[in-house]
Amino acid sequence: MMTGYPREQIRRTLADPRLQEAIYSATGRLMEHRRQVVAPEVLPDYQELREQARRIKEHTLENLDAYLEQFEAQVRARGGEVIWAKDGPEVADFVLDLARRSNARLLVKSKSMTTEEIGLRERLEAQHFEVVETDLGEYIIQLAQERPYHIVAPALHKTREEVGEIFSQRLGVPRENVPERQTRIARTVLRQKFLTADIGITGANFLVADSGAVVLVENEGNARLTTSAPRIHVAVAGIEKLIPRAQDLAVFLKLLGRSATGQPLTVYTSILSGPRRQGEWDGPEQFYVVLLDGGRSRVLADRDKRQTLYCIRCGACLNHCPVYRRIGGHNYPWIYSGPIGKIASPQFQGLTEDPWLPFASSLCGACAEVCPVKIEIPRLLLELRAEIVKTQAREGQNRWERLGFRLWSWVMTRPRLYEALSLAAGLLAGEGSDQGWLRQLPGLLNAGPLRAWLDYRDLPAPGRSFRALWRQRTARVRE
Amino acid sequence: MPARVALFVTCIVDQFFPRVGLAMAEVLERLGYRVDFPEAQTCCGQPAFNTGYREEARHVARHFLSVFRDAEYVVVPSGSCTSMITRHYEELFRKDPEALEQARRLAPRVWEFSQFLLEVAGVEDVGARLPAVVTYHDSCHALRELGIREGPRRLLAKVRGLELREMPASQECCGFGGTFSVKFPEISASMVRTKVEAIHQTGAQYVVSVDASCLMQIQGALNRAGSPVRTLHLAEVLASR
Ligand code: SF4
Repeated sequence: MMTGYPREQIRRTLADPRLQEAIYSATGRLMEHRRQVVAPEVLPDYQELREQARRIKEHTLENLDAYLEQFEAQVRARGGEVIWAKDGPEVADFVLDLARRSNARLLVKSKSMTTEEIGLRERLEAQHFEVVETDLGEYIIQLAQERPYHIVAPALHKTREEVGEIFSQRLGVPRENVPERQTRIARTVLRQKFLTADIGITGANFLVADSGAVVLVENEGNARLTTSAPRIHVAVAGIEKLIPRAQDLAVFLKLLGRSATGQPLTVYTSILSGPRRQGEWDGPEQFYVVLLDGGRSRVLADRDKRQTLYCIRCGACLNHCPVYRRIGGHNYPWIYSGPIGKIASPQFQGLTEDPWLPFASSLCGACAEVCPVKIEIPRLLLELRAEIVKTQAREGQNRWERLGFRLWSWVMTRPRLYEALSLAAGLLAGEGSDQGWLRQLPGLLNAGPLRAWLDYRDLPAPGRSFRALWRQRTARVRE
Repeated sequence: MPARVALFVTCIVDQFFPRVGLAMAEVLERLGYRVDFPEAQTCCGQPAFNTGYREEARHVARHFLSVFRDAEYVVVPSGSCTSMITRHYEELFRKDPEALEQARRLAPRVWEFSQFLLEVAGVEDVGARLPAVVTYHDSCHALRELGIREGPRRLLAKVRGLELREMPASQECCGFGGTFSVKFPEISASMVRTKVEAIHQTGAQYVVSVDASCLMQIQGALNRAGSPVRTLHLAEVLASR
């Protein structure tokens, strides 16, 4: 069950005080910002909005075929094109072909988890195209040759000093530790890229079926430039990004910025449909929307767990997750980390690919409490755990644990045996006093789960059980 | 004829914290209830359920249902076990209509201790006295699955001599999480370390919670850190005078 669990790597993360402080305080700030803007005094209909958002997503996924067709027709009607891609390679093939056909050399990108998911940048770079991330955090991550640490804040784990170091090494500029100046350095480089780029690649926060629109939400204005400066715009989006009508946006835009960064509304919201039309003075000459399946239709087939696809990638569940806040974003097996990663990875990557993942949660429920589309993350974790246990039983894995639970259930349904065993444990632990605490156990006993507990915590010594004391008490009362 | 209350003390209290069970009985008796302890009880099945062993969990949960079938009220010193019975049995017995029916009939009579006091017994002041500074840890399942937040604080406010000092992030998980605590001991320990720091910041002598399992985790870590702070279940606070 623990196959693939990167224990050593996680221990290193936990033992790095700088990193711990960076993650805990950055997520803590995001939590606090969110709390302020969803408070009942500020947003009285917050819970109602969440419910609406969930219902819209539910309805859209129930009728996804129809909405996808409508979306495609609307994009076409406005002079754009829709491309259907089964997986990452198909997306890359399309973009590569387009780049070659249009003699493109340089592509600029705005931040998009979907393109991260399929490694689009790397695929294009492998074919010798220059691809530049234009979101500041994402640009830092590209220069550092890492993957995003967080769905919303890709460079959340980097201190300003580290950013200064990365810039000076990779861009050959003098070291600069003041964030504003760092931003200026990046701007200067990126402006040049925007001016000479041939293709702009974006993701999409929402796709609107009734108007064929791609909606992008951002704070830096780089997505706006990515979609307007180059002559070609390609938006890559998962098929789950659909919403039925433009008016549904009102619900989601209110929730997204608030949940993600604590902003009532993000700085820029672009609603893009089709290429530049006659008489318009900006916008690309060509407009493509690549619709990615990438395992989504398989997830969609499970009527219960399909709610995983409601996710609007706000990152709130990561910020509120006590596990993410300690192990950070790079110890998860996939690009989606935190609670949403724990339910998405097994469904997209295979149930037993990283069997430990759904178990790495205390089931505290903080994620579900803040998720703007009310995904029942803890319940799905339980569901996935049960599925993994079943699969492993079929494949004869994890024998000892299974045997352990079978014995446990056998004992727990035989009260006398249970009592005899608890008595034995009490005797074994030494004197019969209650509420003593053990620091260690002798020899053979100091193994397995007991050892795992005792490595970090004292263990209560089993003394006289409640039922023994209760009997004494009742006897005393009778006398 | 006073109402009868059956204690479900949970396996953790039975094994490790018998005083919590006794304290609960004492408070309930003081309020005039007749307290029973059905001796055939063991566990609610949560450890197996949370670890993915549904069949084993069902086995134990059916035993639980048979033991408490005729109870007028079942009172539990744990939000987590209460929620297992009142909420998760629904999921567990999805495909077993008979057990599901039993679980549904029992659920409205199963109460977490503090909720029982406030909502069934209708008391806030149980006549307790504890001259001490305490801080309250919000146990996750009590808080997020049963909505227990103000209740225990209201009960604590009525304890004579007691001063409640809130800790920072009292709603953040202590890191117990059942088998999580031994499968991922390093993560679990890191979580409880934050909790211990938060507790220490208050200068409290006692940490109070409505879940003995959280207290096992927190006390285990407090001891290891050489801290003099002690954990108390809410029932123990309310029983003191
Ligand atoms: S699962 Fe919910 S909280 Fe987490 S990123 Fe997705 S929408 Fe946000």
